Amino acid sequence: MSASLVPAPTPARRPPGLASRVWSVSAVPLVVIVLSVLVGAAIIVFSELLVPGHPFDLGLPLVAYSALLSGALGNPDAIVSTLVYSTPLVFGGLAVGFGFKAGLFNIGAQGQFLVGALGAVMAGVALAEVPAPIAIPLATLAGFIAGGIWGFIPGFLKAVSGAHEVVSTIMLNYVAVQLLAALVSGPLKVPRSPSPVTFDVGNAAFPIILGRNGHLGIALALIAAIFVWWLLYRTTWGFEVRAVGANPDAARYAGMRPKLITIATMTFSGGLAGLAGTSVLLGVTHTMTSSFGTTVGFDSIAVALLARSNPLVIVPAALLFGGMRAGAGLMQIKAQIPVELVDVLQATILLFLVASPVLRRVLRTGSRRDGPADSDAVVASLGGEAVAS
Amino acid sequence: MDFTPLINGLYGIPVLGLLFQVVGYLVEVLPPNSSSIMSQATPLALAALCGVLCERSGVVNIGIEGTMLASAFTAWVVGVAVNPMFQGAPSDLFGITIPLVIALIAALGVALLISALHAWLSISLRADQIISGTIINIAAFGVTGYLDQLISKTSPAGAGEFTRLTPPDALTNLPGVGWIVSMFLNQGPIAMSAIVLIVGAQVWLFRSRWGLRTRAVGEHPRAAETVGIDVIRLRYRNVMIGGLFAGLGGAFLSIEATNSFQLGMTNGRGFIALAAMIMGRWTPLGAFASAILFATFLQLGQLINIAPPGGDLGSVMSAIPAQLFDALPYILTIVILAGVVGRSVPPAADGQPYERESAT
Repeated sequence: MSASLVPAPTPARRPPGLASRVWSVSAVPLVVIVLSVLVGAAIIVFSELLVPGHPFDLGLPLVAYSALLSGALGNPDAIVSTLVYSTPLVFGGLAVGFGFKAGLFNIGAQGQFLVGALGAVMAGVALAEVPAPIAIPLATLAGFIAGGIWGFIPGFLKAVSGAHEVVSTIMLNYVAVQLLAALVSGPLKVPRSPSPVTFDVGNAAFPIILGRNGHLGIALALIAAIFVWWLLYRTTWGFEVRAVGANPDAARYAGMRPKLITIATMTFSGGLAGLAGTSVLLGVTHTMTSSFGTTVGFDSIAVALLARSNPLVIVPAALLFGGMRAGAGLMQIKAQIPVELVDVLQATILLFLVASPVLRRVLRTGSRRDGPADSDAVVASLGGEAVAS
Repeated sequence: MDFTPLINGLYGIPVLGLLFQVVGYLVEVLPPNSSSIMSQATPLALAALCGVLCERSGVVNIGIEGTMLASAFTAWVVGVAVNPMFQGAPSDLFGITIPLVIALIAALGVALLISALHAWLSISLRADQIISGTIINIAAFGVTGYLDQLISKTSPAGAGEFTRLTPPDALTNLPGVGWIVSMFLNQGPIAMSAIVLIVGAQVWLFRSRWGLRTRAVGEHPRAAETVGIDVIRLRYRNVMIGGLFAGLGGAFLSIEATNSFQLGMTNGRGFIALAAMIMGRWTPLGAFASAILFATFLQLGQLINIAPPGGDLGSVMSAIPAQLFDALPYILTIVILAGVVGRSVPPAADGQPYERESAT
């Protein structure tokens, strides 16, 4: 990689104060979010023109956004609902972010999410009658392992044959959808049920710990974020992961084994994404239908990019997107704006984020980096790699 | 699940017999469906061609899927919008109407814009190319989903679709080669132009000055610049022309293969195309051949459901869940990627942002 990607040494000046440090970290994400909200407003106004007979109202964005806000934060139930929506995004964001740290782009969080949920439901149904203190940990572990297997495959293929994880994980997403459909409409189906659905997980379901539907997964997600931070920054393995991400060749000269790290990282990342699926299945749905599936995979990439893969920043980033998902329903009811607007807002945030060198130049936030606008480790390693290298 | 029929089936017949039955089934069903296979291959081949143009000049484009999806949506929605404005019967050849032409042009325009965005992000801003492409995919999925929700409330009708040329029966009934004739001639205008474009791109990439420059920039941009080639401009041009091909492939899905748009209708074709490109060793003709192989498997997955094989083979296959056959093209992509990738070498500067020497 060219030298420009390494942050330029800061010129010898007096050390920046806390305020300016906070500004330099948060300015770009904040401006990105504000800009995206404005673009979203423009899209809402524009989309009124597309629906014949819709009264033209310049205030509609305000109506939509206030409904979105009150749906996400308006009352205690809404706040709990935001937390519930954010939980799989924390796990998924950690999964994608952990991969980024090792220079791996795990686009397969969606598939690992599905397979993880599949593992959790299979174990959960089998343990439905077992006491909860045994059933819950085992079913959670099963979800982690199932997701881990789905992450191991691309990691192994990359280490052994060099097949790029981006293409293989996306392909595994499609395979996961078919695997889920085959199992839920086949061996896992409740006999004589009119529609393909599995049995309930019974005792393996997460208990409610907060409000009306705030399940145990919320706490587990927080613990996972702290654990991943500790793993990355306080353990030897975490150091090796980051070293391989920053420069695989240097890591190999230092005696590390990048291929082994690649396999382990993808497996662990898949396991985290599997926990995302587990948290939805054991915490929310308790059964699985053949249409089980969400946008968690894509959202997780957005979360990881917005948080620049920092495990602790992933929590607020997940809350942002989780809140948008939680409030979207009320927005659709009050302003007749399709919930898919959230996808558009998310994409806009990502687009501004990746174009943030321009923003940074405008904002003069101290960082003199001209280079790419994303997770440092990804830049260092992925930038130099082709789809097939 | 009850595996006894599968196990009994396997015990009952020798392996060689099963193999003969597979070959027999393929010979029986594939040639009559050659035209459909070509239809499956067209969007894959066009998308792979986009990949070849981008990566030969050193830009990885993982946003092909999103580009195709956005073009497919644009073609359909513009067709819906302009259809009531024009009267007139479609032409006898290819069923061309003015709304369809406008829809196609709009789809190409959107593809051009999206690929310009990718070029700007990855070439000028030197953002990570894979992240840029992923964001394009997410954005395309989100925006088409949002607009589709808005528009589908009125359940509109599209502008119709391009129709296929029907070659004379005397040609398609020729023994032995008739299926080849219908494969390439029993096609609509986009599929036919895809064949021409691929052959043209092959010649262009290996026999023209621009092609030589493209390959030089993809292998060693610094050296190319020292002999006076404008690396940045050439990469922009290649990414944008590639985008046009992806747009053509997207439009094919919504105004030639079908007359509709479904959310996420590209179904991973943009990514399968990348595998086809790798398998075809970054050459247009190689990518085309690989696209036909993938298309055969896509079509086979459908044929097995429509016309299942009989005999022992049929009883073995009926014990396998149908979803496995749907997953087959994706599994094949992974297997090929893992098996072929070691032996096929990408352009040396593929995926690396280029910075002019004088810039710093």
